[in-house]
Amino acid sequence: MANKILVFIEQRSGKIKKSSFEAVKTASDIAQKISGSVEAISIGNEIENLEKVGGFGAAKITHFKNADLENYSPSAYADIIAKYSTENNIDLFFFAASSMGKDLAPRVAVKTDSGLAMDCILLNCESNDIIATRPIYAGKAVIEIKLTSPKKVFALRPNVFNPGIPTDKKAEVSVVNISSPNLSVKVVDIKKSEGKIDVAEADIIVSGGRGMKGPEQFKLVEDLAQVLGAASGASRAVVDAGWRPHSEQVGQTGKTVSPNLYIALGISGAIQHLAGMRSSKYIVAINKDKDAPIFQVADYGIAGDVFEIVPAMIEEIKKIKS
Amino acid sequence: MKIAVCVSHVPDTAAKINIGSDGKTLDPNGVTFIVNPYDEFAVEEALKTKEKIGGETVAISLGGNANKETLRKVLAMGIDNAVLLKDDSYRDSFSVAKALAEEIKSQNAELVFFGKQSVDFDNSVVGQLTAEILGYNCISVVVSFSLEGNKITCEREIEGGKEIVETTLPALITAQKGLNDPRYASLKGIMASKKKEILEKQPAAANNSVEIISMKKPAPKQAGKILGTDATAVPELVRLLREEAKVI
Ligand SMILES: Cc1cc2nc3c(=O)[nH]c(=O)nc-3n(C[C@H](O)[C@H](O)[C@H](O)COP(=O)(O)OP(=O)(O)OC[C@H]3O[C@@H](n4cnc5c(N)ncnc54)[C@H](O)[C@@H]3O)c2cc1C
Repeated sequence: MANKILVFIEQRSGKIKKSSFEAVKTASDIAQKISGSVEAISIGNEIENLEKVGGFGAAKITHFKNADLENYSPSAYADIIAKYSTENNIDLFFFAASSMGKDLAPRVAVKTDSGLAMDCILLNCESNDIIATRPIYAGKAVIEIKLTSPKKVFALRPNVFNPGIPTDKKAEVSVVNISSPNLSVKVVDIKKSEGKIDVAEADIIVSGGRGMKGPEQFKLVEDLAQVLGAASGASRAVVDAGWRPHSEQVGQTGKTVSPNLYIALGISGAIQHLAGMRSSKYIVAINKDKDAPIFQVADYGIAGDVFEIVPAMIEEIKKIKS
Repeated sequence: MKIAVCVSHVPDTAAKINIGSDGKTLDPNGVTFIVNPYDEFAVEEALKTKEKIGGETVAISLGGNANKETLRKVLAMGIDNAVLLKDDSYRDSFSVAKALAEEIKSQNAELVFFGKQSVDFDNSVVGQLTAEILGYNCISVVVSFSLEGNKITCEREIEGGKEIVETTLPALITAQKGLNDPRYASLKGIMASKKKEILEKQPAAANNSVEIISMKKPAPKQAGKILGTDATAVPELVRLLREEAKVI
């Protein structure tokens, strides 16, 4: 088998997402081990810097263009990828397991009759087989899996694979204009949560729990997030209490995150919360109960009052940043 | 219209997970199982839709006899009928989706609700796979749903916002938290559910393409340092984050 890998390049508002570069780099590392090749596909209207995928290891990228495809359309995107893959004899598909990738990858898997490995956190090669590691039970366990189908789809958890430093190689870009795409399912509009970084994409997250005592005091969480350029997150207790929107919830029934730094303020560390954030690279906990379970996963902790410590943290960080 | 809702039976989110002696499966000893939390939103939306437009609801679950517990719970919430696709064997998402699609087709359900993900294997794909196999329109991770005649409008959660998505029947929707507040079963509902029959069917045999090589617990994280109990520890914390962890 020629081991031709196709990487789906996700764009939002004409900009390529970082997690797509992670996917290209990972695909090109795998391609070296299984003597494969990497090409990329993008779908949308105008997209900036498509040739950049070359720096991460894709020799060429085909851009399928139509003004109606600027926003996501599951039906059209899946059709386009499936058709491209048949015409170009693709064996392996790589996606970022973003909200778009998670939606699209299974559709492509059905259309191309591929096995499916979702939300991978590690890929290894053993004698031409790709072994994927993925968390299950919200990270309380991990499995290693192998896909036995001839064609395979891998979706990589964002922010886990290192995209490395790109070379200045440029990919060969071809643009294909698409007429009358299949818009049976179509995004007609996007409502952005203004000016906020989403926990699923943040390098740093500052989360607050019931220990923040009330919705007004979340100003402190947001202030610390702001000086760090971080997203603000929340435990389920405060989401259910209506203090914070559901989109901020971290945990087994919220978002699974793996930022470089996760700061938990007044969060006890219930098993469902830990499930969503324990794979963060560094964890800081501020909690006045020194026996709170959150300290068992924290790299650094202060067993004290958030209302005393957080303002001091904001001051100290402002000091070093200026 | 027939409305189907697919439900899975999963370990309680509070459960401690232990690995079986084969090193490939969950050790079910001491684990309590619950209705998959996201499926409760799916059930609620199916019930609300029936209340609005009429019709009949059916819950479908694939798994062993134990899944009847979950089916009873959703019957108690108000679902009309329940089908157990009885199969204890290991199935990957694709094999699950094939069996569910088969049953949805034989039920002639035009509108189908799923949870956005099952909190066991966390693949978040069975809904989309099933829709694609059936040739139904599908919107995943939905936080608001409306049906007017044949037309469906949903809000779907994405990074940093929501997409407004439109489609038409036949359709499959996967539910995210925030879609609704699932009702509690009433006493009357619980009594009625006990009298209802759960139809058992044998799904076609699995044809898996995902082979599990091993299942492990993640390496335990070493508990770190507690640097102090008040604000005097803050400069040291910030120094460590900068110099040792190099994250700020
Ligand atoms: C099916 C199911 C799914 C769930 N999914 C999730 C999920 O996705 N995410 C999630 O987070 N939870 C989830 N939970 C809920 C979880 O079990 C906990 O109830 C929740 O995480 C607790 O939130 P908390 O830590 O904010 O509150 P608490 O457990 O009440 O903890 C508050 C903490 O704040 C500390 N504190 C109080 N005052 C101060 C102060 N002044 N300074 C410093 N510290 C202070 C206390 O010592 C305490 O440790 C789920 C539960 C179920 C049943």
